[in-house]
Amino acid sequence: MTFLVPIVVLLPLVGAALALAVPGHRELQRGITLVALTASSVLGVLLMFVVDRGGPLVMQVGGWAAPYGISLVVDRVSALMLAVSAVVLLAVFIFSIGQGLADGDEETPVSIYYPTYLVLGAGVFNAFIAGDLFNLYVGFEILLVSSYVLITLGGTAPRIRAGVTYVVVSLVSSILFLAAIGLVYGATGTVNMAQLQTRIAELPSDLQLILNLALLIAFGIKAAVFPLAFWLPDSYPTAPAPVTAVFAGLLTKVGVYAIIRTQTMLFPESSVDPLLMVIAALTLIVGILGAISQLDVKRMLSFTLISHIGYMIFGIAIATSAGFAATIYYIAHHIIVQTTLFLAVGLMERQGGTTSLSGLGGLMRSAPVIGVLFFIPMLNLGGIPPFSGFLGKVGLFTAGADLQTPAAYWLIGIGALVSLLTLYALARAWVLAFWRPRPASAGGAAAGPAKEPAKEPAKPPSTEALMLRQREQAMIERLQDAPDAAPAQEQRRIPRLMVGATAGMIGVSLILTFAAGPLFGYAERAGDDLASPELLAELVLHGEQPNGGSGSTAAPEEAAHG
Amino acid sequence: MTMPLVLVAVMVVMYVAGVYLLLDRSLTRILLGFLLVGNATNLLIFLMSGDFGAAPLAGGEEPISDPLPQAFILTAIVITFGVGAFLLALIYRSWRLARVSDDHVEDDADDLAIGSAEALTTGQVTEDDLEDAPEFEEDVPEDDPEEVRK
Repeated sequence: MTFLVPIVVLLPLVGAALALAVPGHRELQRGITLVALTASSVLGVLLMFVVDRGGPLVMQVGGWAAPYGISLVVDRVSALMLAVSAVVLLAVFIFSIGQGLADGDEETPVSIYYPTYLVLGAGVFNAFIAGDLFNLYVGFEILLVSSYVLITLGGTAPRIRAGVTYVVVSLVSSILFLAAIGLVYGATGTVNMAQLQTRIAELPSDLQLILNLALLIAFGIKAAVFPLAFWLPDSYPTAPAPVTAVFAGLLTKVGVYAIIRTQTMLFPESSVDPLLMVIAALTLIVGILGAISQLDVKRMLSFTLISHIGYMIFGIAIATSAGFAATIYYIAHHIIVQTTLFLAVGLMERQGGTTSLSGLGGLMRSAPVIGVLFFIPMLNLGGIPPFSGFLGKVGLFTAGADLQTPAAYWLIGIGALVSLLTLYALARAWVLAFWRPRPASAGGAAAGPAKEPAKEPAKPPSTEALMLRQREQAMIERLQDAPDAAPAQEQRRIPRLMVGATAGMIGVSLILTFAAGPLFGYAERAGDDLASPELLAELVLHGEQPNGGSGSTAAPEEAAHG
Repeated sequence: MTMPLVLVAVMVVMYVAGVYLLLDRSLTRILLGFLLVGNATNLLIFLMSGDFGAAPLAGGEEPISDPLPQAFILTAIVITFGVGAFLLALIYRSWRLARVSDDHVEDDADDLAIGSAEALTTGQVTEDDLEDAPEFEEDVPEDDPEEVRK
């Protein structure tokens, strides 16, 4: 089954080339992209089963043996990431087709949108299957360059402004990564992750620390952990809704995946775990406080995105197999739920004409379906029990409690607090956008105000509450009067396809919930793999899994012959 | 492993100048800074390749240079070139859009809005404010005996 490995990357790349070759034919481009992404999704799920059954797949590109050639590795973690990200790319693509059909594509230069989107997918997949550091760098560059194009799509003034920040920050992180690769190569003489594992262990500990930190800083910018996350809420919200959704879901997680690989494959005995604990705590707190203070729903979601990266860093810092397992499950959950939320906000924007909470209101009457589509992922992200967000957090907290260190207990407390605050921030947005009567325009025509006075007298508001209400009113008024407030777009028709794509994503998140047993089992096996990376290294270098491996019996096939 | 001091010095100077330019607000300088830092990184990889020898593969008997870093550098140069071209296009577009402010990095309007809104919300609630605030009639007799006297 080794031949499946490179197809994951080739499929979207070939699709992109074909789509680029027929610039005038939108239908054809759409069809090609749809086929390529559907095939990638199927392939991703297939790889999950194959890898879970038969152990990791290793392909030596061009038949050159491991330390000299380029290895492509798919183990349980990468297979899960591939499957989830392919499904997300497909769903968001269907959403954007719906949007494009409704708007007549006048906003986006479509002839490059589809190919670029596919190349972005190829970059993400390439980063997930990379078996050596330099290939990981190339994967990052592929996805970054296409993300530069997507974030500045159309070249309007706000997008160019946001794009400049994004591009410059990404460039700096890429150069840091490249320099770190140079240093690693200078210290060890290899970039193959499997070989690095043994070579790095032989280095003096202070040198190990420097290399570890250099890589972590480079990946930290991409993963948007606390001190390095400043760029994210600035740049994501201005992009078109589907682009923001896919960026929020995937790009930061590629950074987290790279951190996981660094901490397990390269530095299994890492001494920076306590530092990661602190960073996780700060990311959680600062991110969610940022979210609470926002009035724009997209920016608020960008901040919750940063905040929840903290949970994943927490799981990595626990550094036990249970911790890794919970992290893997949490990443899968978060990719899906965050993308769904951004898609739902895209729908809200079409319905309400703006994403600012000062302009939204009364959506529950005009679009109850969107209300549900936002409400379910909101509960999910906030960690309300039946959903996957709750399961992921329980896994993380259990693993943390097993560690029995003060830092872990602190983080459990902070994590619980942050999940409450997430719920608060999102619920506030939901209430303001959906339950409140529409603020400026159709004020009289709403049943909302008729209901609310009926509730009020039961509990007379205190003076403080009145003060707060007044100030909120003043703040909202002031924001509406602001000269640079975005003019509300006129309300547009919402095509079924967009609603369908969002509902489909919610369906996927429900699958994560209902199939949590097998999936968490899978994540636990993947966590075991990550906790004993020497098995994978052995497999990559010598093409055989030593006995007593993680339950796999079938020896993987010989490296591909050319 | 020996390193030629001159190359190390050149690398350091390029890094310093590049980082200085990257910190500037003018986009053209950021581009120049990026190119300098990128090339300094290429030099860094080159320096990491160990002792220099004959050309790889064709070198014959003598010890050869390590070819792998050279391959890295080639890839990195291509990527830097492509991204540099994109950055130039971005700068041109930015300049076309806002000729008034040259090619500077713009402020984020939403950030500023939040900043001013924060000034609005973090004001202290004083006793005077509370007295001025409209109260519900039925609250007055129970809570505040002084108000009753008035």
